[in-house]
Amino acid sequence: MDDLSHEITLVEAVNLALSHEMSSNESVVVLGEDVGTNGGVFRATVDLRERFGFKRVMDTPLAETLIAGMAVGMAGHGLKPVAEIQFMGFIYAAMEHLVSHASRMRNRTRGRLSCPLVIRAPFGGGIHAPEHHSESTEALFAHIPGLRVVIPSSPARAYGLLLASIRSPDPVLFLEPKRIYRIDRQTVVDNGQALPLDTCFTLRQGEDITLVSWGASIRESLLAAESLAKEGVEAEVIDLASIKPFDLSTILNSVRKTGRCCIVHEACRSFGVGAEISASLAEHALLDLKAPIRRVTGFDTVMPYFKNEHYYLPSEEDIVATCQALMKF
Amino acid sequence: MTELLKVEYRQYLDAGSEVVTTNKSALVVLENTDLLLSAYRWMALTRLYDQKAVALQRTGQMGTYPSSLGQEAVGVAVGLAMSQEDTLVPYYRDHATLLIRGGRIRDLLLYWGGDERGCAGGPKQDFPICVPIATQSSHAVGVASAMKIQGEANAVVTTIGDGGTSKGDFLEALNVAGAWQLPVVFVINNNQWAISVPRGIQCGADTLAQKGAGAGIPFVQVDGNDFCAVFQVLQEALKRARSGKGATLIEAVTYRLGDHTTADDATRYRSPEEVKVAWSNEPIKRLQTYLADRGWWTEDQEKAWQAECERQVEEGIDAYKSIQPEPAEAMFDYLYDEFPDVMSNQLDLLYQKVERMESLAPVSDPEDTH
Repeated sequence: MDDLSHEITLVEAVNLALSHEMSSNESVVVLGEDVGTNGGVFRATVDLRERFGFKRVMDTPLAETLIAGMAVGMAGHGLKPVAEIQFMGFIYAAMEHLVSHASRMRNRTRGRLSCPLVIRAPFGGGIHAPEHHSESTEALFAHIPGLRVVIPSSPARAYGLLLASIRSPDPVLFLEPKRIYRIDRQTVVDNGQALPLDTCFTLRQGEDITLVSWGASIRESLLAAESLAKEGVEAEVIDLASIKPFDLSTILNSVRKTGRCCIVHEACRSFGVGAEISASLAEHALLDLKAPIRRVTGFDTVMPYFKNEHYYLPSEEDIVATCQALMKF
Repeated sequence: MTELLKVEYRQYLDAGSEVVTTNKSALVVLENTDLLLSAYRWMALTRLYDQKAVALQRTGQMGTYPSSLGQEAVGVAVGLAMSQEDTLVPYYRDHATLLIRGGRIRDLLLYWGGDERGCAGGPKQDFPICVPIATQSSHAVGVASAMKIQGEANAVVTTIGDGGTSKGDFLEALNVAGAWQLPVVFVINNNQWAISVPRGIQCGADTLAQKGAGAGIPFVQVDGNDFCAVFQVLQEALKRARSGKGATLIEAVTYRLGDHTTADDATRYRSPEEVKVAWSNEPIKRLQTYLADRGWWTEDQEKAWQAECERQVEEGIDAYKSIQPEPAEAMFDYLYDEFPDVMSNQLDLLYQKVERMESLAPVSDPEDTH
């Protein structure tokens, strides 16, 4: 292990990527609520103020619309803003700037201006948080032409994908699964090596069924794959990682091999990212399928408050049961 | 407890073109013939351009269009007060400002004629025309903070209508401009009407300028039909911004003599009497009379300039009409920096659609057969 290796959590990997990019690129600035002196409510921006100063680490007024709008202005004027929205539940005030400006600035000026901002936000349930702190609404943003939506599922991918997001000439919504912010540690080498934004990551090889997931649900998907292996069913586990635009070909190749696909996501079931993957598979691989495509998802309900959130969240057992049904189909 | 805010109201020339100030810096502007003649020429050009743009829409040659009739003094003052290095973050009725900053008549017509290339030109740092109300205010403070971070000694000017001042974006932007002392000038083009909603029921405050008070930034109300006063308050605000003293809020009080856009019919909600009074207060005649009274502008000059405006606008219209639409696939060109693989089948579908469209014989109008 060299000096640059760190055994770190996902949230520490976010911090590591931010400090790496701020060191190597002066135009990278961080802004948001409590990101400065406090280092962010999850400590994702801890110590950045001390290292890079007030000008580059800005505690904004408590105004999410402003945060996104300012980031548009900064990105259109030569900076590389990485803005934090404290929780995804508060991102909707920022949405107009993502839909109407960030994602179309290059288009509406025919390339004269562009808007290479990054908006980071913790998302997802399972940490017993108050109302409005547990939703997974990535599909709302994946529907926006011109925006990238990226979700890491491990410390190493958080580091590499955040570097890639900051370096991307396109606007990126970087959603951080806060349930796994501190659940695992992993060795991450601070070598400035970005991961690609145009590919999924195959985390486990398998011949029998393809499990596609992202974010915190990758954890349950991998556990389910281990359980299934004990029954002699080998699941291929794919981390989608880049939600929009997504890498269809890796998923297609896997499903053509296994003939079965189960998509796992924490977000509501209908009109979601799982539906898009499912539709794409039906369009391109219908005759390769040995069983219907199934989804293991949250319900089309308001996210229950935390006493009942475990009923809502997809579990390892839910995934195993669905895969078993598909194997028997 | 309810002590009213004192709001400065600036006016140098009244509606009858009489000088109503003894202020020294006002007199400098009022004696600056080059500036005033330039302002007059731009205002006259903008008025003719607006008139012809509306005519293009009425004859089916352009899309929905928002005329700036009656508000030319504000747009021209913003354009002439700014330096080429400053950044403009406009709303959508800034035709005069865009033209002064190097925008082409052809490009304005392209934008309103449904072609994305309309906002491709102009100074490279200026933001494009902004339709979602007040969102430009947030962008402007973002640009201003980028200037501050990067040590750039320029300023941002952002415009907004009276209706826009009701929106969160505007108030959030004012707030941070005060908190961070940002080099930005907010110009409210208060034309009295937000489509059909009059200023009186848009906001309960006596002036829109005083919204600056809550944000801790200086504010001033100015006669928006008095080019000289608008130009001077802008100069002062830009000087403050460029010297690190922070933001200013300017409320320019003017009047929208036309409809909100060509899709609107203002006779539904306001009286002809009101509009008639507003015409007696309009900015071009006011400046023209002032210039003519001093012998700085003659009838011959007027005739020559109107002919020149006619030539420039017609040239712009010809250029607009002669430019071919972009190819169909241009909708994909500026979406992502690199075209995503996953979308390649959509491009194929588009090409197939284009092929189908081209293979269809032109359908004759059934009316022709009768």
